[in-house]
Amino acid sequence: MKLTVNGTLRELDCDPEMPLLWALRDLLQLRGTKYGCGKGLCGACTVHLDGKARRSCQVTVAEAGAAAVTTIEGLSADGTHPLQQAWREHNVPQCGYCQPGQLMAASALLTASPTASDDEIRSGMSGNLCRCGTYPRIHAAIKSAQGKVPLADQAGD
Amino acid sequence: MTVLTRVSRRRFLQLTGVAAGGLVLGAALPGRAALAGVLEQSSGAALNVFVSIREDGTVEIVAHRSEMGTGIRTSLPQIVADEMEADWQRVRVIQAQANPAYGSQNTDGSRSVRDFYPVMRQMGAAARTLLERAAADAWGVPAAQCAARNHSVVGPDGRTLGFGELAARAATLPMPEPSTLRMKPESDFRYVGHGLPIVDLQDMTVGKATYGIDVHLPEMLYASIERSPWLQGRIKALDADAARTVAGVSEIVELRAVEGPPGFNPIEGVAVLASNTWSALRGRGALQIDWTRSEHSEHDSAAYLDELVARVEGGPGEVRRRRGDVEAALASAQQVVTATYRTPYLAHAPMEPPVATARFSDNGCEVWACTQTPQATRQAVADALGLDVDAVVVHVTLLGGGFGRKSKPDFAVEAARLAAHAGRPVQVVWSREDDIRHDYFHACSAQHFRGALDVGGRVTAWLAREASPPIGATFDTTVSMNSEGGLSQTFASVPFAVPNLQIESHPAPAHVRIGWLRSVYNIPYAFGVGCFVDELAHAARRDPIEFWLALIGDDRLLDFSGEGFSYSNYGRSLEDYPYDTARLAAVIRALADRIPWKTPLPAGQGWGFSVANSFLSNMAVASKVEVRDGRLRVLEMHGALDAGRIVNPDRVHAQMEGGMIFGLSLALNGEITFGGGEAQQSNFHDYPVARMLQVPPLIRTYILPSEAPPSGVGEPPTPPVAPSIANAVFAACGQRIRELPLGRHFNV
Ligand code: FES
Ligand code: FES
Repeated sequence: MKLTVNGTLRELDCDPEMPLLWALRDLLQLRGTKYGCGKGLCGACTVHLDGKARRSCQVTVAEAGAAAVTTIEGLSADGTHPLQQAWREHNVPQCGYCQPGQLMAASALLTASPTASDDEIRSGMSGNLCRCGTYPRIHAAIKSAQGKVPLADQAGD
Repeated sequence: MTVLTRVSRRRFLQLTGVAAGGLVLGAALPGRAALAGVLEQSSGAALNVFVSIREDGTVEIVAHRSEMGTGIRTSLPQIVADEMEADWQRVRVIQAQANPAYGSQNTDGSRSVRDFYPVMRQMGAAARTLLERAAADAWGVPAAQCAARNHSVVGPDGRTLGFGELAARAATLPMPEPSTLRMKPESDFRYVGHGLPIVDLQDMTVGKATYGIDVHLPEMLYASIERSPWLQGRIKALDADAARTVAGVSEIVELRAVEGPPGFNPIEGVAVLASNTWSALRGRGALQIDWTRSEHSEHDSAAYLDELVARVEGGPGEVRRRRGDVEAALASAQQVVTATYRTPYLAHAPMEPPVATARFSDNGCEVWACTQTPQATRQAVADALGLDVDAVVVHVTLLGGGFGRKSKPDFAVEAARLAAHAGRPVQVVWSREDDIRHDYFHACSAQHFRGALDVGGRVTAWLAREASPPIGATFDTTVSMNSEGGLSQTFASVPFAVPNLQIESHPAPAHVRIGWLRSVYNIPYAFGVGCFVDELAHAARRDPIEFWLALIGDDRLLDFSGEGFSYSNYGRSLEDYPYDTARLAAVIRALADRIPWKTPLPAGQGWGFSVANSFLSNMAVASKVEVRDGRLRVLEMHGALDAGRIVNPDRVHAQMEGGMIFGLSLALNGEITFGGGEAQQSNFHDYPVARMLQVPPLIRTYILPSEAPPSGVGEPPTPPVAPSIANAVFAACGQRIRELPLGRHFNV
């Protein structure tokens, strides 16, 4: 099987039905993408496929093969994506576990709708759970990064 | 009395797994009592914390508590760095392995800062003193003329030597007597009281933070375990043929339970070992297992709660606290108000489920785990494998949330047993379904209250009866009555100035593993108490906030000993941490001043208020809701907290926001039910936790300034939330909801 992840073509030997989540984590050692539910309910596993947010637990390796996959490791070359900076300015993370998924969801959201309203941010981010309750800061960080996110997904390519 | 001891570099290496720099310090303190109701397995009473300084000037500070989102890996080192005049930019935080030399590493009970604040200051002061003496020696001047300032020691005429340059010399000096240590005036603090960003912030925003699930060892196998659906079930028949044919599956292992109470022992199960998580999950899905029935396999939570309700409504229970004559006061009251509340079982559902990795060799067992209790983990693994505790090393990863679930090391024992069996490293991954179905569940409860009001609307009698399965039953199955530690969480420790008061308990035998969850019994009890006070206020036609203040009464220090109740005070003495009603009243007033409580609202909207003292802190919450067409929306939540001296205000605000949202989540959605002994929920579709859309757009948090000793922060924000919302619902639409979650009655 072949996957293009963060701009690099990777070969892997696995069941084509394996969810992308586990291929990234167990086979490609890209552990920034997290498991939270395995059922598309929590968003911890969010990555980009051709710039769009997808739940990597709900996409098979075979399905992902044709797309450009971007993970949190490839969101920016050096951790300076405007949202990553905003996350640090607002001290968003508590335990931090959901945050890679939150950042991937937020970056896809702002790329798709750069001027998303408060309500659009709320509904756009509601697929991503944070058990620690960092929602108010996620919301504030997204607001402050609005206008700073590049229109095309810059990651890895 | 503190004893400062120097530890060798070898010892430092043993404790942290990191080679130390030049100067290594330790402090030992007598142990402290554990939070009642929480079993602690650590053998040591001594407490040691270590600071080391490298030749290049890097100050290494050991974090011996687990980071699960509170910011503790930052807050405790921040105190040491401030007191020793280290430059925070040149501090490196090292995570400690499990070792009783640190005393309790059990990160729960909201006590990391409250128990270690003075110790951290002493550690910093001792390091600073040694560095100042080393500089004095180097210059041949009196130590009194040398003062540490921002990573250097400044001498007469402004000459300086850096901490790195002084480290080797400082390490040869005798340790200062603790009584001679001079603490920095608190007005000189540079870091304590300031919201330093957490040390893991960069890693957490780029996907590099390492949690339990991110540990990877060469040759490692992944394991998924099918466990008995009900408590104490055993494997009756196993057909693993189909599982064996799944690509990547290497072995099927029966994990037999040890006899006895649940404790921290794994549940009986069948493990599928595979080369990756996906194969392990698929193989496990193909297992065919018959389980033996047990005395718990008929457990039906709805019938069980009905039974508890019948018990508390049916008659007197065992008296746990008594003042005056409640029966007489009720009989002669102008008005008697009666209400019964019920609260469900809850699951923790940390975003990272329990995960542990183990490697077994002739030398013993090494474990990597997202654990809140490194030492209990070490002990449990040693016991399970028949090893000496010294042959077990426990590495603590970051925790993707804990909330009490990761205080129970059953998952690490599973990994250790499987690694010993397989002869290869094994990572046990709990799926979300495993996590929710096989949790150490938060206890359900039934509570019945009777209150007497006189003609002036004053409360003349308070009678409260509860039945709730005790945590103690998880460790001793003969226990069926909640402990004093459990009842010390709001139910029996109500701070009311009423002439007649009686608190009673009924037994509630446990049928599931009962565990502690963020704020523990304060969740159900603050709900019952907080709602019933509101009901009394309305019956008395008084404003609820004013009614609360009147009920609490004059400023005084509470002492329950004359009323037959031995109050746990969360393991601390009332001398060190008095229960002061003036501080409780102050948070109520502070909050009331900040919300437009009395401004009329549109129809269908209402404010609700509640307050709770827990973990030695006071927290008041006001919520504004809207109820329209059967839909309940929480529009605003405001919280005021007095937690004594604050080390990192930004993290305290974050805990308040998170703790209130945790409370909102359980108030609106949280419910685990059982049928046929099995938990009937399994993932976030049927055990929903709050999403951004459910969270009020306006959440405000206020911290009351205080110079009192630090008290709990992680848990106190949660308990008042659910009653504040239920009370707001009543204010909004006149419906009095006496059970949780509110999602049973409204579209939430
Ligand atoms: S793990 Fe994919 S949505 Fe939860
Ligand atoms: S920060 Fe812990 S789950 Fe979001």
